[in-house]
Order: sequence, then C-alpha cells, then structure tokens
Amino acid sequence: MSVLAATDGTTRALSLDIRSVSHHYDIAGTRFDVLDDISLSVAPGEFVALLGPSGCGKSTLLRLAAGLEAPRRGVLLEDGDQIVTPDPSRLLVFQDPTLFPWRTVRKNIATGLEARGLLPQKAHRIDEALSLVRLEDFADAYPRQLSGGMAQRVALARALVNDPGLLLLDEPFGKLDSLTRLSLQNELLKLWQTTGFTALLVTHDVEEALLLANRVVVLSDRPARILAEFNIVADYPRHRDDPDFIRLRREILHELGVQNV
Amino acid sequence: MSDLAQTADGRVTATSVTSPPIWYQGLVASVFWLLTAAVTWGLPDVIPWGSAGLFAAITAAGGIALLTLGLTRYRLGGLGDRIAVWGPWLIALGVWFLLWEFTTAKTGWLPKPFFSPPHGLLQVYVADWSRLLVCIGYSLRLWGLGFFSGISLGFVIGVALGWSHRFNYWGMPILKLIGPVPATAWIPATFFFFPTTFHASIFLVALSCGIPVAIQTAAGVSQVNRAYYDVARTLGANERFLVLKVAVPASLNHVFVGLFMGLYYSFAVLVVAEMLGAKYGLGWYIAFQSAYSAYANVYATIVIMAVLCSGIVKLLFVARDRLLLWQERGLI
Ligand SMILES: Nc1ncnc2c1ncn2[C@@H]1O[C@H](COP(=O)(O)OP(=O)(O)O)[C@@H](O)[C@H]1O
Ligand SMILES: [Mg+2]
Repeated sequence: MSVLAATDGTTRALSLDIRSVSHHYDIAGTRFDVLDDISLSVAPGEFVALLGPSGCGKSTLLRLAAGLEAPRRGVLLEDGDQIVTPDPSRLLVFQDPTLFPWRTVRKNIATGLEARGLLPQKAHRIDEALSLVRLEDFADAYPRQLSGGMAQRVALARALVNDPGLLLLDEPFGKLDSLTRLSLQNELLKLWQTTGFTALLVTHDVEEALLLANRVVVLSDRPARILAEFNIVADYPRHRDDPDFIRLRREILHELGVQNV
Repeated sequence: MSDLAQTADGRVTATSVTSPPIWYQGLVASVFWLLTAAVTWGLPDVIPWGSAGLFAAITAAGGIALLTLGLTRYRLGGLGDRIAVWGPWLIALGVWFLLWEFTTAKTGWLPKPFFSPPHGLLQVYVADWSRLLVCIGYSLRLWGLGFFSGISLGFVIGVALGWSHRFNYWGMPILKLIGPVPATAWIPATFFFFPTTFHASIFLVALSCGIPVAIQTAAGVSQVNRAYYDVARTLGANERFLVLKVAVPASLNHVFVGLFMGLYYSFAVLVVAEMLGAKYGLGWYIAFQSAYSAYANVYATIVIMAVLCSGIVKLLFVARDRLLLWQERGLI
C-alpha cells in the first residue's frame, strides 16, 4: 500500500494558512457574501475536515486554496508562500470526478504528469497508482464505462500520482452509495497514513469527518464563519459505537443546529 | 434435453438428405437480370448506342450468379446471410434495368438525346474512360486542396474564436455576417481577384467548408464544461495544454458536425466552380457535354460523382467513429 510514498521521496507534507479570508460574488450587480473572515491553519500532515451546511461556501474556500480564484480579502499561504495560481503540489479532488471522457483511465491518471512533461521519467507511477486504487483491469476503459465509485477512485489516483503535499477534497464521496463510501473512506485513510500528505476534506457528513480527521472545523450558514473546532485524538481505525465518537457527533450536530439525535 | 437434441438432429438429417432449401428471392432476381440480358441482346436498338453486347454480358453474368446463389445461399453461412439482405434490392434492380432498357433503347418511348439506356452510360465509360479518369483526378485535386486547406484554417479560426475573447469580439460578427452568404456568390469576384481560375476555385471550395467548420468549432470550444479546465489547471496544465488537450477533444463532436456540413457544401461549390471556370474536372465535363446535348455522358458523370462523394462521406464517418470512440454512439 505504500508504493506511492516508497518509490518517490518527493512527497512532502505542506502547511496551509488561511488568514482572514473573506469572499463574495457579484450576481446581477448585487453583492453576495460567501466567506466571512475565515482563519484556519492546517499543519503539515494534518487531516482537517470542514463541516458546514450546503451552500455555505465550503467549495469556494477550497477553490481559493487551490488557487483557482483569488480571495476578495485576506491571503492564503502554502508553506508560507502566497497562493496565487493553481499548482500540482496542492491538488483538488472535486465533488464530481470530472474525468476527461475522451481519455482512458490510464491517460486520465497521466494528465498531470503529461501536462508538466514528466511522463517520460515517471510513467511507472501510473501503473502504481492504478494498482493503488485497484483499477489495473480498467486501465484502458473510458470513463463512461466506470461506476461512480470507480470514477471517484480514478479521480483520486489522478491527484495522488502527482505526489501532492496538500490534498483538497471537496465532498469526494458525497454522491456514492453508502457501502462504496465506506470502502473509499478506508482507502483514503490508508493513503493518508502511508503517503503523509496534508488533507483538507470538505464534507457535510459528520460521521465521515469523525472517522477520518484529526480536527473538525464547523462552519456557519452562508456567509461561512468558523463556529467551532474539535480536536479528535482517537486512534485509527475509529468506531462509530465508541462513546467518545457518539458524544462528539452529538456536539457537532448541536453546533450545526440539529438537536435531539 | 434429449427431446431437444433429437429434434435438432432430425432437422440436420432432413436438410442433408433432401435437397437444400432454395432462396426464392435470388431466383426471382435472376429471372429479371437474365430477361434484361435477353432483351438487350435480342432486340435491336432504335438508334444504336453501342456496348449493348457488353451490357447484356454483364447482366447475364449477374443473372447466372444470382441463379447460383439462389441454389447455394443456405450453404454459404454468414456470407449468404449478408447477400440475402439485399434480395429485394437485387429484384428491384433487375426490374429497373429491364424497364429502362425497354423504354429507351428498344422502343424509343423515352427518346435520345434526353434519355439514355443503361448500355448508353456503359458506352460512355468504354469510349471516354481516359478523359473521365483525368477529370476525376482534376476534381479530386481541386477538392482535396480546397477542402483540406479550408477545414484546417476553419478549425484553427474556430478554436481561436471559441478560446480568445478578443478574437471572438472582432471575429464573430464578421463570421456571422459572411457565413450565411452562399460561397457561390463570390464566384465572379474571386475569378477577378485570383491569378488563375484554379486558385479562385480552391479558394471557393475552402471558403465553403471552412466557414461551417469555424462556426461549429467555435461553438464547441466555447461550450466546454469549465470544470475540465479547472481540473487541468490544478494538475499543472498551461494554456497550450488547455487548448490542445482539453478544449479541442472536448469539442470534437461539434467539429465533426461542421465537417459534415462543410463536406456537402464543398461538393456543391466544386461542381459549380468547375462548370464556370475550369479546363478539366467532372463539373467541367458535365457542362461541356451538355452543351453538345450528350446527356448520356452527363448521366454517366453524375453516377461517378455519386460514388465519389458518398465514398468520401463514408470515409469521414469512419474517421469520426475512430476519433469519437470514447463517446456512446448515436450522434448524427
Ligand atoms: N462562480 C460563482 N458565481 C456566483 N455565485 C457563486 C459562484 N460559486 C458559488 N457561488 C455561490 O456561493 C455560495 C456558496 O457556494 P459553494 O462554495 O459551492 O457552497 P458549498 O460548497 O458549501 O455547498 C452558493 O450560494 C453559490 O450559489
Ligand atoms: Mg460544494
């Protein structure tokens, strides 16, 4: 399972600093506030989950962290350097797998290496990534031939093959059935443990956050503010019937405005 | 289970002992083909057309082949099945040849020069094949030069229009204004501006297919799902990669719509341009022969064009299916 980390020493966990970031969109001339003064530091190698109601601005925050957009106010830093453009050192796995339908699974995974001209040296990494997500038999399939879970695994492999120091995950399992979701959560956990990247996971699933993260950050309704943070110290693998797990779940749901569960 | 095996066995024995079944459609077709041969050979032409013997021989050979097929079709396996699909067409063709022969050459009900019997067309190929070959060569050269330069330029312009806002701002209104003008409207002006009519014709063919390719490509590129660009950018893609490896493949479907439109326009313009200004080529041949009321030559040339054009269309379909393998079938 440690092929990615073992064969290549370049994976270096990166820190992410979000400093007083506010963001708004202009829709038909009216200002539409999405993020309200968010400050958050993610240490190298940490796994942080962002929890918040849908539409509160979680994806927007990840787009800013990925460098796809610039914040209206505040700065985001990666290892101390301001984030201004996308960079393969920090990769975003989208809610939809967004595979390129005209590329086979293998070529989808190869996209990052190809775009940076690294394909000749690192071609072997693609086979490793394929076996990492257990899709060797589908290397030459086209995305339309894959199930939702397989497509999301390809998206994960497409990111990981670039040895990102920071992985931004935008509800990556949100659209999958619960069984597939469970097995992918386990895979992600193993990948994180063996590879050591820093992870920022957006989710609206409290249990997912509690199963995976070192820290859970709860966001308010739009415009998103940080409501609370919870440190999760329990060892992996975690169990849903653990008393601490149940207590934290109730507290977090309470923060999110859901009571009596 | 044993019952089933027995009936299967029984049928196998039955077919191998009694005579094999007959393909009746093949026999009916063969009757009409042989009748055509007999009428062509046996009755005299009202006005001689030539090649009657050759046509009779061809239809007789066809009739004998159909007769053989009628008796052996069920022993030919897959090949027999594939031929049998065309049974009704083979019958219709035989009937058509027979009526055609009878009403034109043999009775003169449909008179020369406006009508020609099938062996009249055959005579054209026999007598004029070398000139026709040269004309095919000239037409293909003109079409090839015009079409490929047109679609290449149209594609590049289309990508630029779909990609760059500045280019789109200036280019799109011009394209929208000029695009709907039939390319043939430019003929008088281009024959004046270009050094030779050959160059002018290339330009016209290129214009006719370049414009739909440009318009469709621009539409395709501008409609690409932005999420693909976001993914590619996070993976480290530069602008060149975004255009060539994301925008272009994502819009290939549209490009092919433009290519098919352009292909049909290019044929139309090719023939008109040749009729007006060329010294050789199939369009020129048609214009030249109709001036002498040699309508058999005109029809014979149209048959050649039909075969050439549909062949090229078929090639484009094959190319599209190859390039869009990743898509589910069922578009256009
Ligand atoms: N490009 C955009 N232009 C205008 N409004 C946007 C844009 N992107 C997101 N929004 C709006 O910002 C809000 C937050 O969106 P998003 O970050 O996707 O929320 P979440 O991921 O938490 O569900 C939503 O109301 C959405 O409609
Ligand atoms: Mg979202």
